[in-house]
Amino acid sequence: MAVKTVIEAIREGMDEEMARDESVFVIGEDVGNRGGVFLATDGLYKKYGELRVIDSPLAESCIIGVAIGAAVNGMKPIAEIQFADFIAPAMNQIIEEAARFCYRTAGDFNLPMVIRAPWGGGVHGALYHSQSIEATFGHIPGLKVVAPGTPADAKGLLKAAVRDPDPVLYLEHKRTYRLVKGEVPAGDHVVPIGKADIKREGKDLSLIAYGLMLTYCLEAAEKLAAEGVSAEVLDLRTIKPIDQSAIVATARKTGKVLVVHEDNRFAGIAAEVMAIIMENAFDALDAPVMRLTGPDVPAMPFNQVLEDAFMPSVDKIVAKAKELAAY
Amino acid sequence: MASVKMPQLGESITEGTISKWLKQPGDQVKKYEGLVEVITDKVNAEVPAPLAGILKEIKVKEGTTVTVGTEIAVIEESVPATAAPSKQSPTPPAPAGAVTQDSPSPTLGEGRGGGSDTRTRLSPAVRALIEEHRISDVELSRIEGSGIGGRISKKDVEDFVAKRVQPATANGEQRQTSALPAAPPGPTPGTTIPLTPMRRAIASNMTKSKQTIPHAWTVAEVDMTNVVRLRQKAKDSFKLREGIDLTFVPIIVKAVVEGLKAVPVLNASWSEQGVVLHKDINIGVAVSVDDGLIVPVVHQADRMSISGLAKAIDDLAQRARAGKLGIPDVQGGTFTVNNPGTFGTILSYSIIAPPQAGILAMDAIVKRAIVVEGDAIAVRSMMNLCLSFDHRVLDGVSAARFLQGVRRWLEGFSEQVPLY
Repeated sequence: MAVKTVIEAIREGMDEEMARDESVFVIGEDVGNRGGVFLATDGLYKKYGELRVIDSPLAESCIIGVAIGAAVNGMKPIAEIQFADFIAPAMNQIIEEAARFCYRTAGDFNLPMVIRAPWGGGVHGALYHSQSIEATFGHIPGLKVVAPGTPADAKGLLKAAVRDPDPVLYLEHKRTYRLVKGEVPAGDHVVPIGKADIKREGKDLSLIAYGLMLTYCLEAAEKLAAEGVSAEVLDLRTIKPIDQSAIVATARKTGKVLVVHEDNRFAGIAAEVMAIIMENAFDALDAPVMRLTGPDVPAMPFNQVLEDAFMPSVDKIVAKAKELAAY
Repeated sequence: MASVKMPQLGESITEGTISKWLKQPGDQVKKYEGLVEVITDKVNAEVPAPLAGILKEIKVKEGTTVTVGTEIAVIEESVPATAAPSKQSPTPPAPAGAVTQDSPSPTLGEGRGGGSDTRTRLSPAVRALIEEHRISDVELSRIEGSGIGGRISKKDVEDFVAKRVQPATANGEQRQTSALPAAPPGPTPGTTIPLTPMRRAIASNMTKSKQTIPHAWTVAEVDMTNVVRLRQKAKDSFKLREGIDLTFVPIIVKAVVEGLKAVPVLNASWSEQGVVLHKDINIGVAVSVDDGLIVPVVHQADRMSISGLAKAIDDLAQRARAGKLGIPDVQGGTFTVNNPGTFGTILSYSIIAPPQAGILAMDAIVKRAIVVEGDAIAVRSMMNLCLSFDHRVLDGVSAARFLQGVRRWLEGFSEQVPLY
């Protein structure tokens, strides 16, 4: 197996899917000759040409609208929103049209489309380049939302998203792009949507996370181990449909759960995970389910000190986990 | 190093007795975590740690009484959290065992009731394990809780079960009998019962009262027939509506409040500067508990209906028996009502709780043949109200006026008197 970065894994996943299936194409801002602002589509324009790697106007509603139309007509678009923060203008297309298309047509039409959106903070992106959108879109029935945290999952879930018959919002954490490296299985590596993954076994408590926070939780688990606390790390990978049985299983195993995300606290994914645990594993709990999240403030600040204050960090996770372990 | 001092746990409290150390030297303590239980006057209070660190030294032993401000322990402040892990915090699995060895065996009076609130609050996982391994209450009381506030965690139970299994395999049937400690022996004649802090507090208060207050005593006989009959009639609907029993106590307290309103000089305190008349009427209600007596206070009883009083008294009595009264619950009383009548007494000479000026005992309600109007003899429910009062504060005339007020209110009890 080759060691790759997250961004390489994503690019490779798109490349392989485009090679495999001629109906797959990419559309977005600067995805063509420029290769995308993060170089996610680097080289694809040269390889597949301007008809399959389409530079769009700076109009997100248009990108998604075109993708919907293409998908209805049998294509498999991969629409890139340059930053997740910019997705708002396309909300109407995504929520009112894409998410409900299958339902509205009584199952006559599926929309096999992928919306890729680089998300998350900790990159000095400030207000317009740091947001988390998973809870907002996870709330919408008809949408699938994935948020891989490792190169292997990034590639595998991208392939699964392309092949899925319904719209999938594919969230790729900007900070993980080149920070997180890992082995990616050779060949046609597909990771099923809706399956969480135990990234580290443990017995004292469970850390549940996704995206960048997965990496932080794994580092935190390492530090906790040095202090005698055995932490299990569950990577959700898919936000919606969420893997209830994996969540319940780890909660039942350790009896103590800490959910971590950088998205705002109120009605975040942690709240849903905690509710699932309370509904299904209450009798196995040994402590209140806890969460460590970004605060309920309007946006991620630019200032380093304030950005650090906003973001959950390895140290913050360790501290919270110790509080849970000591309960 | 920071010293922990005996705190002033109430306006008039000058000393406190160390009832129980919740931490032992060497233990990590968090800021505001329970450090020591202190008994003042008649209430248990948990004193929180003023700062986070390691308990270095205990300066005052359990059972000892010291004045407010006395240094009772020394805490070594912990270095900021970031540096802590590498330096001083031991690895978590170890302490569970270490604590078991280091902590002293339970002392007298610490027994079953000794567990603090958090310790006895068991999580669902712990409950399930207790069920699964059939852990008895006695065994449970022997499990050292390593969690916050001594909470028994899932791990603690698992460790206990792991240890418990070993002798069982070696010893077979013997295990169960050897695991159970002998039942606590009852008091044996010819021995001395050690004084609990509560016993000491009661002794000192009663002695002080009798030595400084010139007690006078007077009794009134009250015809309770109306009260008995109407209570009987109302008690089912009362229970249905309020969820608690309608006893005689709140009715008597209501009558006492009316009596005190009429004779404010009894709702007062003696001082060298003069007789202090209290604005509020705060009625202490004596509650007997396992090892003594507690007098929680119904504050501003003059603003409550009978049902309001019933609820307040029920709540205080329950919390008194559960050992969950706070300092404010036993403070500020201006007059006390005692109810020895439930035990069949007919004349009770109560001792005043300083700085109050009086205490009223309600004795047993008994049916007696009474000569009523027209020289007829009737069977009536009679009760004696015995008042002890501070003769420095008031004289027999005022005391009698008070008793008369209470008696008239009770004898005039009718369906027109609002319960709610």
